[in-house]
Amino acid sequence: MILAVLPQISLLILAGVVLVVDLIVGKERKGVLAWLTIYGSAVVFILTLIFAKPDSAPVEVWGGMLRFDWLAYIFNLVFIAGAAITALFSIGWEQIGRRGEFYILLLTSTLGMTLMAASADIIMLFLSIETASIPLYVMAGFITSDDKSAEAGFKYLLFGAMTTALMLYGLTLLYGFTGMTNIADLAAAFASAELPLASSLGAIVLILVGFGFKISMAPVHFWAPDVYEGAPTPVAGFLSTASKAAGFAVIIRLLLVAFPTDVLPGWVLIVALASTLTMTIGNTLALAQENIKRMLAYSSIAHAGYILMGVAAASALGVTSITYYVIVYLVTNLAAFGIVVIFWRAVGSDQISAYDGLSRRSPFLALAMLVAFLSLAGVPPLGGFIAKILVFAAAVEADLIWLAVIGVLNAIIGLYYYLIVLKHVYLFRSDDEDKKIAIARPHAVALGICIVGIIVLGVVLTPWFEWSQAAAAAIF
Amino acid sequence: MEQIPILSIIVLLPLVSGVILFFLPGERRDLIYRWAFGTGLLVFLMSVAVYVSFDIQGSRYQFVEQYDWLPDLGVSYYVAVDGISAPLVLLTGIVMFTGVIISQRIDDRPREFFGFLFILATGVFGVFVALDMFALFFFYEIAVFPMYLLIAIWGWKETREYAAMKLTLYLFIGSVIALVGGLAMYFQSGLGTFDMLALESANFSPEFQNFWFPFVFFGFAVLGGIWPFHNWSPDGHVAAPTAVSMFHAGVLMKLGAFAALRVGIMLLPIGAQTHMPWIILLTLVNVVYGAYIAMVQTDFKYVIGFSSVSHMGLVAMGFATLNQDGFVGAGVQMVSHGVMTALFFAVVGMVYDQAHTREIPKLGGMVKYMPFVAVAFIIGGLVSMGMPGFSGFVAEFPIFMGVWQFQPWIALVAVISIVITASYVIRIVSNVFFGELPEELEGHIKDVSPSEKFALGLLCLVLVGVGIFPSTMVPMVEAGVKSVLTLLGGA
Repeated sequence: MILAVLPQISLLILAGVVLVVDLIVGKERKGVLAWLTIYGSAVVFILTLIFAKPDSAPVEVWGGMLRFDWLAYIFNLVFIAGAAITALFSIGWEQIGRRGEFYILLLTSTLGMTLMAASADIIMLFLSIETASIPLYVMAGFITSDDKSAEAGFKYLLFGAMTTALMLYGLTLLYGFTGMTNIADLAAAFASAELPLASSLGAIVLILVGFGFKISMAPVHFWAPDVYEGAPTPVAGFLSTASKAAGFAVIIRLLLVAFPTDVLPGWVLIVALASTLTMTIGNTLALAQENIKRMLAYSSIAHAGYILMGVAAASALGVTSITYYVIVYLVTNLAAFGIVVIFWRAVGSDQISAYDGLSRRSPFLALAMLVAFLSLAGVPPLGGFIAKILVFAAAVEADLIWLAVIGVLNAIIGLYYYLIVLKHVYLFRSDDEDKKIAIARPHAVALGICIVGIIVLGVVLTPWFEWSQAAAAAIF
Repeated sequence: MEQIPILSIIVLLPLVSGVILFFLPGERRDLIYRWAFGTGLLVFLMSVAVYVSFDIQGSRYQFVEQYDWLPDLGVSYYVAVDGISAPLVLLTGIVMFTGVIISQRIDDRPREFFGFLFILATGVFGVFVALDMFALFFFYEIAVFPMYLLIAIWGWKETREYAAMKLTLYLFIGSVIALVGGLAMYFQSGLGTFDMLALESANFSPEFQNFWFPFVFFGFAVLGGIWPFHNWSPDGHVAAPTAVSMFHAGVLMKLGAFAALRVGIMLLPIGAQTHMPWIILLTLVNVVYGAYIAMVQTDFKYVIGFSSVSHMGLVAMGFATLNQDGFVGAGVQMVSHGVMTALFFAVVGMVYDQAHTREIPKLGGMVKYMPFVAVAFIIGGLVSMGMPGFSGFVAEFPIFMGVWQFQPWIALVAVISIVITASYVIRIVSNVFFGELPEELEGHIKDVSPSEKFALGLLCLVLVGVGIFPSTMVPMVEAGVKSVLTLLGGA
């Protein structure tokens, strides 16, 4: 029982320690907070990895509030790793790197995410979503002296509040229809009760609005570009990876479990259409971006669309592909945002045109960018290729061949704008070519971990695939 | 089988060497070139070893290696060569080696250039030897993306960005469409494996095959330059730096044709029989129209670019006949054209390096200054006209025989292309190499270096060798074709 909440407990303790240390240490030694968070998260990661490993059969613990299974286990590892890498990239970032609050918020949000991935009850689900979201609103607007950051935080809050309200309404409908809050009970109730299709689908749509907000699914994706652009870059990276992964965890938990497709087939079509819309909007709008953070925001919307294909497949392979994708996307997108962090610190610009001549200024940063962006584009031997193949395979297996075709066509648009960025990096010349770009050591370490991760996930497939399969087995 | 995993070494050595290159100091050009040369030589020698020790009487697939990769989905790293792919491995080895030699003069970031070129080589070798469909797609995509950077960074300034992007998008569209088809086969077969030998016996229903064949075939054939999806190819060839044009026209286009055969025709034979009668008409357009467009170009490199479209059309046409002669001819043509076009592009690059123009009317009299290059080009030209005694004849003659058996009038129309080819080859020879040297080039033309002569000589040797001794290649291809025909029901 305790082992099931080991990650949550240790994250809470860590946040408490950071809080206390923040009060004790002097102003000039605040740098220690970042390292405390990083090493602490690493310890939590290892503890979780070793001790919180569930048995193959899922169990409900804590009065049916949480499920202790492989899905939660793997997603928890993803969140914790995401938090650690984000903390590494935050070092040296003005106004956040030396602030204890920032790290506490980061850890609290991670705590919320770990609960999201484990929820077995819609009340727990809602509470954990709020626990994860509220710190993120603050983190997005953390740099109060910067209007863009403040705007990002406020926009994120308003959008989040509205969609959460709609989602809460949907959840109350579920309770109203069935009188239950446990997700497994809901599934049984939906399977036996003769509910009018329209109202069940209505509830699902409302819930999807809330979940869709977390994963930046169209048509509730509008916040993403503004927030990513305005928020401190490490936060944007965290939002696009860990927070998105948490959104997918709850989608798997609720949609795939509570609404079996044989009873309620309609929602698959809704998700498939949302997936089409999301990836198409994300990719086409990314084409026009001149700011790299906005471009990555739209690309991140597009990737949500690809992952939704796995949801629409509503199968074991679908969940496997989502899990694999989320793991790959974590390292890939953190690497991409990490490069933006490093570049911004050296050059002070997020414009894509500022990246001209990067390969002459720093061949290694350019190479890292090549790897990260090609992985986003889905090119082997990188993780992104395998992840894409798996979601396409899930769609084809589920007889959603049209969706797979739309997906591959979108992948081509994606390749186009990723290549445009690489063209700036490798082809164009600039006047600043002899100015080398310095990479701070913690950033180099974080980037190195991500790049190695991208390649390992693309070449050595079996262990991660079996993990993902184990996560899927917890649901199906 | 206890043996050295020679195919794996051939596939992975360029990649490993390319990655190591990225960590060498960028300003040590000498070291970088020597490293690249050594890798090229080693891979070349190993590809020769594979070719020479391939046993024609032996089993269908040789040098087999199989390791689990993702057993849960039935993915394995499964490589081997048959009579069709062994010559292609040799071709890739030759082109890679000569390409490295020709690239000696690359002065902008040579480290990155050779690094990407070697990653590309890994992709190409991987596709030729893959027996697992997943591995095939894996390597195929690896082969596509470095092209973008190679062309965009080191290409011809005027068109490189446009051409590189066009090429990459075309090829990517083709490959992902084929990928969907491949996944459909995987699930439809119900075998839970990507092993292509197992999928061959999956007995897909005729409806399934007829529906999916065009997706898979055209998806790959885009890279083979099939009309009307050919138009990335001349632009790409022209914009690319010399070694990349050689690689691209010489090897990469074969990748498309080979994968269309391996995944399209061999796994969906009924679909092939249904669709080929109209596809052959497209290839006819390729052959004749490509040659015609080549004839009217004034840019030396565009002539060669369109001639590739024409010659690759012959390969597809050979496949489309679905009979023994057509397949054998197409198999030999892949190698013959690969070597020939690599030679052509090498010559174009050498002429351009000296004259700084590729406009045919502005050139002339080169033979006096670079006689060796002129002779090499003439040999290539004779091959491309299908002259007996050269490999082009060994390849094209059976193709036309095959087409004749299929439909005589198509053969009659297709043969016109040979006449057109002769006309543009002769025009280049007379205008570029003979005639008067224009005044402004006076004193600027020097002969090429010995190592470049060596590269040209090696390419010529293959063309003439196969031409005079067809038995060095034809029986091997025949052995490979036999199993294709078995899949087609002995048709």
